[in-house]
Amino acid sequence: MIQFRSVTKRYARSAPALDDVSFHVRKGEFVFLTGPSGAGKTSILKLIHMQGLPTEGEVRVSKYSSRKIRRREIPELRRRVGYVFQDFQLLEGLTAAENVAFALECTGTPRSRIEARVQRLLGQVGLAPRARSYPRELSGGEQQRVVIARALSTEPVVLLADEPTGNLDERATTGVFELFRRINAAGTTVVMATHDAELIRRNPGIRVLELEDGAVVYDSVSAGTGPGRST
Amino acid sequence: MRSLREATRGMRRAPLLSGLSIAAIGLSLFIIGLFALTAHNIDEALTDVESRVEVVAYLEEGTPEAIVSVARSEIGGFPEIEEVRFVSKVEALYDASRELTEFSDVFSDLEVNPLPASFELRLREGSRTPEDVERVAERLRGYEFVEEVRYGREWVDKVYALRRIAGGAALALGSAFALGSILLIGTAVRMAVLARSREISIMQTVGATDSFIRRPFLVEGLLTGVAGGILALGLTWLAWWTVNRSLLELQWLPDLWVALGIVLAAALGVLAAGRGVRKEISRIEAL
Ligand SMILES: Nc1ncnc2c1ncn2[C@@H]1O[C@H](COP(=O)(O)OP(=O)(O)OP(=O)(O)O)[C@@H](O)[C@H]1O
Ligand SMILES: [Mg+2]
Repeated sequence: MIQFRSVTKRYARSAPALDDVSFHVRKGEFVFLTGPSGAGKTSILKLIHMQGLPTEGEVRVSKYSSRKIRRREIPELRRRVGYVFQDFQLLEGLTAAENVAFALECTGTPRSRIEARVQRLLGQVGLAPRARSYPRELSGGEQQRVVIARALSTEPVVLLADEPTGNLDERATTGVFELFRRINAAGTTVVMATHDAELIRRNPGIRVLELEDGAVVYDSVSAGTGPGRST
Repeated sequence: MRSLREATRGMRRAPLLSGLSIAAIGLSLFIIGLFALTAHNIDEALTDVESRVEVVAYLEEGTPEAIVSVARSEIGGFPEIEEVRFVSKVEALYDASRELTEFSDVFSDLEVNPLPASFELRLREGSRTPEDVERVAERLRGYEFVEEVRYGREWVDKVYALRRIAGGAALALGSAFALGSILLIGTAVRMAVLARSREISIMQTVGATDSFIRRPFLVEGLLTGVAGGILALGLTWLAWWTVNRSLLELQWLPDLWVALGIVLAAALGVLAAGRGVRKEISRIEAL
């Protein structure tokens, strides 16, 4: 589903953010992407989402390759790959339902079907009762659920999340994380970048990909210790 | 439909900015409008003066009437000629005494009529350039009974120089202001794009196509352009009306010019918006 082959990413004239990174995520997998700040987690998620192309190497996502993709194919790819931000990125002037509807509208859902779809999506993330609330009226956990509902609006096969629980307290973190588990259980591949060692420790069944200075320093699958951290 | 809704929503969300850009476009087109008004009226005046451009051929004393009438129909057949009027000696005297009333006594006392008979020619519209006039005059001189040909040559040349200057100035000023408008609308739209950069980055994230993202801004540019054009039209009309009732009588612009002005405004709006939006969108995305 997602394949990195000797990927190096260099932003303008600095040390590479990613240096010769290779890994493979299979369809339906759940992967934690971890490592210290600046290790390159966000860079990996952006490359999967084709927000920029690798400097060297190749990124493959589903049937798309960073070597061959054309500009007009990028929207197609992004409809197959949902993206959840740490800082939510909701439109403040729109209600929860309108924020989700906005994404549906943007991707060509017929107007007649939008309302029903929004209700179903908000129901899926457990937020149906707050549909008419504005982001400022919602807790961090609730806002993140709206973002997840929005990311699911195009029925993606991959869901990327960049520290989705970074701004949440422990209870909200657990709730949002469980939501990701359920989405994954329904067949969606999930790649979640996180700092949260506690979250990783509490879920030993989940594959961990650890980065440091732009290189993969640990992969619980190839380490042969099975999923979860051995240290 | 969505684009229209989005565009008006965008404009309502930033009413000050939209108002400002409409005002800016309106003002720059208003200046073009004033110029057009001036140019049009100069043009009208020129046509008026021009239509009076006459070539007069004085005939020799004693030219037989038969020859005069043959020559008259022959000259009337020149492609440049609209009208030939034969003015006999008697008529010439009569005209002179009527126009110069102070001297009417002098004229009536004359024993011999000193004024020659003449052909007065009016040229067709489109055949009034100095070259045309010169050509006609040359042909008239070819008749042996024609004594002299007069045609305020300098006057004709001046009229044409003035028109050329007017045309050149209109073109230069017009393009300068059009360029200014493009830059202004471009900036306004870029600011509008910037003000909605979060929306745009969300659209890009969820997989909206470029043309989908661009469209509302193009519609916004179109609306801004048309609104600015209408504003300019209103201001120009107001200026025309004010001058017309207090200072001097001016002609209003031809409908075609007005329509062209609005179309130009709309086109400027779309063009400028397209430029601005392309620049800003590529800056928003990390790609
Ligand atoms: N747009 C950019 N331009 C220049 N350098 C960048 C850019 N984005 C990231 N970097 C650099 O690339 C390196 C990796 O950044 P990245 O954001 O991928 O790290 P991260 O693991 O997500 O960190 P964090 O945990 O703080 O979010 C960092 O050194 C960062 O400064
Ligand atoms: Mg990051």
